[in-house]
Amino acid sequence: MNKNWIILGATSSMARALARELAGRGDNIFLAGRDMDDLERIATDCRMRGTGEARAVKFDARKLETFTPLIEMLSDQEGEINAAVFVGSMPEQEEIDADPALVDGTIIDSFTGPARFLTMLAPLMEARGGGTVVGVGSVAGDRGRVGNYVYGAAKAGFHTYLSGLRNRLTRAGGHVVTVKPGFVDTAMTWGIEGMFLVAPPEKVAGDILRAVEKRKNVIYTPFFWRYIMLIIRSIPEPIFKKLSI
Amino acid sequence: MRWKTDTYSGWGRALKAEGELARPERISALKALPLAPAMGARRSYGDAALNDSGRAVDMTRLDRIIGFDPETGLLEAEAGLSIAEMVRIFVPRGFLPAVMPGTGFATLGGCIAMDVHGKNHHHDGSFGAHVEEIRLLRGGKDVVISREKQKEVFRATLGGLGQTGVIMSAKIRLREIPGPSMQVQERRAESLEEHLNMLDASQARYTVGWLDATAKGAAMGRGIVEEAEHGHADAPAEEKAKSVPVDAPRFALSKPVVKAFNAQYYRRIPEGGQRRMRSIPDFFFPLDRIHDWNKLYGKRGFHQFQCVIPLSGRDALRGIVEAIASSGLASPLAVLKRLGPEGEGMLSFPMEGYTLAVDFPARAKTPALIEKLIALTAEAGGRIYLAKDSLADGASVRAMYPGHAKWAAIAAKGDPAGALQTDLTRRLGLRSAT
Ligand SMILES: Cc1cc2nc3c(=O)[nH]c(=O)nc-3n(C[C@H](O)[C@H](O)[C@H](O)COP(=O)(O)OP(=O)(O)OC[C@H]3O[C@@H](n4cnc5c(N)ncnc54)[C@H](O)[C@@H]3O)c2cc1C
Ligand SMILES: NC(=O)c1ccc[n+]([C@@H]2O[C@H](COP(=O)([O-])OP(=O)(O)OC[C@H]3O[C@@H](n4cnc5c(N)ncnc54)[C@H](OP(=O)(O)O)[C@@H]3O)[C@@H](O)[C@H]2O)c1
Repeated sequence: MNKNWIILGATSSMARALARELAGRGDNIFLAGRDMDDLERIATDCRMRGTGEARAVKFDARKLETFTPLIEMLSDQEGEINAAVFVGSMPEQEEIDADPALVDGTIIDSFTGPARFLTMLAPLMEARGGGTVVGVGSVAGDRGRVGNYVYGAAKAGFHTYLSGLRNRLTRAGGHVVTVKPGFVDTAMTWGIEGMFLVAPPEKVAGDILRAVEKRKNVIYTPFFWRYIMLIIRSIPEPIFKKLSI
Repeated sequence: MRWKTDTYSGWGRALKAEGELARPERISALKALPLAPAMGARRSYGDAALNDSGRAVDMTRLDRIIGFDPETGLLEAEAGLSIAEMVRIFVPRGFLPAVMPGTGFATLGGCIAMDVHGKNHHHDGSFGAHVEEIRLLRGGKDVVISREKQKEVFRATLGGLGQTGVIMSAKIRLREIPGPSMQVQERRAESLEEHLNMLDASQARYTVGWLDATAKGAAMGRGIVEEAEHGHADAPAEEKAKSVPVDAPRFALSKPVVKAFNAQYYRRIPEGGQRRMRSIPDFFFPLDRIHDWNKLYGKRGFHQFQCVIPLSGRDALRGIVEAIASSGLASPLAVLKRLGPEGEGMLSFPMEGYTLAVDFPARAKTPALIEKLIALTAEAGGRIYLAKDSLADGASVRAMYPGHAKWAAIAAKGDPAGALQTDLTRRLGLRSAT
């Protein structure tokens, strides 16, 4: 069957790696984001590597007027509709502390923008009786830390949203995969100090595809972050609140 | 863009640099950066892709295919695309990069900037011969150069060490191939003389000799000559990649170990030779199967010496092989090839003759040996390859490259401040015209 994928935040190197894999399988890909020049490049690259269609489309999480045209475009496509959300932004916590207005943008980019879009898309997926949503959250959403708690809070909100959406779409034959990456070697983390066990974006893309095939609910990528986060979550709050990790 | 402070090295790991690195993920991010030398996969052995105490731009994330025309085989791609990716994508469609170095990790930009050669140089020339057009960030501008537009800048960019500007993308012509396999014939060469005669006589598209750099006396220069043609048949399964997890101890490449290894490797081929079918990656990039094999040389790293000696210089070549054999420093990695006529690049390495490449672990006696080999090369009217060098002196290198002064002037025109200089160009004083 014809498979359509809309990839939000397609300029992310993780998203690009996933798009290449999907293109290789011959899926129909829509690459959504703000930087149309770069998205066009990615689309061409996907077409050259694969057999399916790839198209650049405009999406800005902070501009709601970009949402409806995308939903309409998707409803014109035949076959299964799938979505993968890589949108997110992570200003440094000190910047946010100095300028609290940044809280809103961070939460829109990493949570409410994508959540609103997915909520608009859900009826279409239900009508088609299937499809998968991949939502990229973060291990940062598993516990609020002094170093990035606004971003972490946005991701935690997104995790909770995804779990509810999974509950909803399952009834219609659809599925939702929550992806919690640890440290990934992307533009977001390049040059940040204190990074360890940094995974290549291709590794994350591979883990995502496998999780989609196996209909996993929540994955950590690379897998060992599940255990790292298990430990971090188990630290009692009276101790945790004094740590700076 | 954030800069990452890092300590990094070339493939030989003997020279290191510390500095700030940017890694743009899109062309607009690259263009927004202050001018700094570009680097690819850092598969050059020495300091060609290093800029100690300065900045450098890692191009590996700019690796998109921009266009491909199956009628003409013309591929346009960003400079960070690797040769191995081109192989993976285009071999199933019946195309292959016309020239490939011995590692698939090398990027398009790095292959142009070193004007690399392959096992088919005697037939097909160097990488640059198959480049149609280059998009360069030069003097703050986005320029397209080719044999028609800014021909001299184009010639200075082939093998130009990234000094004429940052290569953003390029158009190259791929070769049409009949299938994904290689028909390989291997034969023993019992002496240097026989080895060179076999290379001279070879009619195959791809020819390369492995040389036992530890053999002495009558056996000196012996080795195995591999000749190959493209095959129609399906390729045998590729061998699985392995990796070297830690730095090897010093004895791993000590004299008796290498000697024993080489003797056995030589005898692996039956006296009457053998034929076998191999996959394209296994034939062209045999070392890539072992990731991080450079760690086998231990923490201190290693040096590679590569020269080309004119065809008339067989005696000089004999002297070089003799010096290597008697040093007891050689590793098993030694390659002998015949190169065809010179190409267009002003600072390109290949010229008609025999090229010899040998790895040496970084030991106390290694620099003196390599300096001697460089002197012998200079005397014979040959050249050393800057992708491999970490020990040469500027005056002798500049004398080996007659196009140097003209090249330096063209580089200076686009980069008067010398912002594109690397450790290599500084060490060898390449950016000054004299
Ligand atoms: C196992 C092995 C086998 C090899 N076999 C061969 C062989 O058979 N033949 C051969 O010719 N070479 C061979 N080489 C050498 C290798 O092909 C060259 O060093 C090549 O340049 C490596 O490409 P790279 O992308 O790693 O470039 P780097 O080593 O990162 O850079 C090389 C040079 O290119 C410049 N450069 C890189 N990208 C750009 C860009 N986008 N714009 C401007 N300048 C740029 C750098 O500044 C530097 O001067 C081999 C190397 C290894 C490790
Ligand atoms: N890197 C890590 O270690 C790591 C770890 C855990 C989770 N993650 C998450 O993984 C996802 C991908 O991140 P990355 O590391 O690949 O970094 P990235 O390159 O910065 O990717 C972020 C993506 O979000 C897009 N985006 C941001 N704000 C947007 C907006 N208002 N509207 C539309 N698109 C917007 C960006 O598009 P533009 O091109 O327009 O900027 C970009 O495509 C993010 O959700 C991130 O939070 C990353």
